[in-house]
Amino acid sequence: MEKKITGKAYVLGDNIDTDQIIPAEHLVYSTSDPEELKKYGHYALSSVPADGAGLPNGFTPFIIGDNYKSDYKIIIGGSNFGSGSSREHAPLALQVAGVKVVIAESYARIFYRNSVDGGFLVPYVSKEKLNDKIKTGDIIEVDLESNKIKNLSNDSSYQLFSLGDVFEIVEAGGLFEYARTSGMI
Amino acid sequence: MGMTITEKILAESAKRSRVIPGENVWLNVDVLMTHDVCGPPTFAIWKKEFGEKAKIWDKNKLVVFPDHYIFTKNPHANRNVEVLRQFAAEHELPNYYDLGTERYKGVCHIALAEEGYNVPGTVLFGTDSHTCTSGAFGMFATGVGNTDAAFILGTGKIWERIPESMKFTFSGKMPPYLTAKDLILQILGDIGTDGATYRAMEFDGDAISSLSIYERMTLTNMAIEGGGMNGIIAVDEITSKFLADIDVNDYKTYQSDPDAVYHSKYNYDVSKLEPLVAKPHSPDNRDTVRNVAGTKLTKCYIGSCTGGKITDFYYAANLLLGKEVKVTTFIVPASTAVAKQLSEETISGISLKDIFEKSGCIIAESSCAACLGGPSDTIGRSIDGDVVISTTNRNFPGRMGSKSSQVYLASPLTVAASAINGAITDPRDFL
Repeated sequence: MEKKITGKAYVLGDNIDTDQIIPAEHLVYSTSDPEELKKYGHYALSSVPADGAGLPNGFTPFIIGDNYKSDYKIIIGGSNFGSGSSREHAPLALQVAGVKVVIAESYARIFYRNSVDGGFLVPYVSKEKLNDKIKTGDIIEVDLESNKIKNLSNDSSYQLFSLGDVFEIVEAGGLFEYARTSGMI
Repeated sequence: MGMTITEKILAESAKRSRVIPGENVWLNVDVLMTHDVCGPPTFAIWKKEFGEKAKIWDKNKLVVFPDHYIFTKNPHANRNVEVLRQFAAEHELPNYYDLGTERYKGVCHIALAEEGYNVPGTVLFGTDSHTCTSGAFGMFATGVGNTDAAFILGTGKIWERIPESMKFTFSGKMPPYLTAKDLILQILGDIGTDGATYRAMEFDGDAISSLSIYERMTLTNMAIEGGGMNGIIAVDEITSKFLADIDVNDYKTYQSDPDAVYHSKYNYDVSKLEPLVAKPHSPDNRDTVRNVAGTKLTKCYIGSCTGGKITDFYYAANLLLGKEVKVTTFIVPASTAVAKQLSEETISGISLKDIFEKSGCIIAESSCAACLGGPSDTIGRSIDGDVVISTTNRNFPGRMGSKSSQVYLASPLTVAASAINGAITDPRDFL
């Protein structure tokens, strides 16, 4: 696991549900075919209402044109990120688009589990509301050892909650890797 | 210190004498359910991760229902059903309910109940967030993603954090204009869509005891809309009678101890509650039907695991008998068994099916259909700026199809009353 992740932030509001992250009509593509997998990246966050897409200004597309990779590596969310359906395609779509870390005030249970157990991305919980402090496009450095993030665009920094119990699973790269390392399977 | 019903079931599953909220335990899973959207990726992960050694931990405990994207020309969706079919054939799965055969059942959560997979005291995981529906049978049931499901498929085990419990007590006699849907919309308005995150939602009180098992399933179904890990209602005579009728007789029942510890307790007097809606675009955006009465509609929808059960259609047919709908109204029986009941069950000697047809409704085949939008040829899918009132469970942006549509969630009584007027209408106007 990388110790530090640096990238551009994409900022979203509260209650970003999995229908906004990857609309249900796109759940038909194969997750094992490398070409079809790109569709998940292409449609990632495609149902977020335009005025909430890339705060504070909105109207900033996460994916440009026909791409499946986004310019943004770090998502800054609000409360209840990933609510709604159990589709693991949600953290998968963000991963395919190139997202490494999500930082939110809170998560819906299944999205959080899926992110960790599938090894798709690191779901950090922030100690304070950040989606009104960080702007879309700011360059953020996430330190996974000290659980801190630094906004390199204005030199402010914020503390995150440690990953706690699930750190070992995140570090192993997912539930299966963890289970193999610990001799469970 | 006592334990809640959820803690007791999870302790039993973890082979522990007691469990404490917040601790992580490894559970032994009794049933794993999957469907056409999440089954194919789950099987792919299982094959990749277990490789040559891949073995299903217990074929009798795996239940597979194609139900989401069924009546569509979308080639990718049809391929997913074919993946299920091939997997079922290759592994000789006893509990696969194939599309295009008499075994096809429709929406998984309703079929689980009808086919006897909901066994009190047991632990059921499913690759669908509404798996919590099964908690109406005094069991622990919750949704997981594909990786967790693949892990269960190979090991029969999964880690879970023991949830704190919240208790929702409903007292009094249910008025004729109120349904379980109104009760859960009341709760969601009070706690919000993350008010129960990582918690158990336990429902009790004499008003709950008076509800049929299908109405109870509406409550537990929407526990996830509050973020809940599970919803649960203890077994009583109504549950055991339902189970005896389908030959499920061997099970353990649990009750919460009087001194069990709860995160919080909510008490409601049902005689004081009103018919409710959730306004666009969130299930917790509660208002009374009267406050939004007159809102013009373009579509009405009665269906899904939440609002497509026989009890939902009884409510709707009672209002629609002898009346005509003013806007396009879809009737989507959740399961093929419910579809059959529509032809068999009658009000004033007329079958529910005839009542719906005579009133101008469109009756669709059983599946999840437009509850979650689905491929572009899905029946009932919202288009453009549709204004829809629906008995389903979610009204997130784009959930029923079009991102620019507006979806109101309501009870089958409210949806039927609104269909008659072509505008949102309080069912009391017709009762």
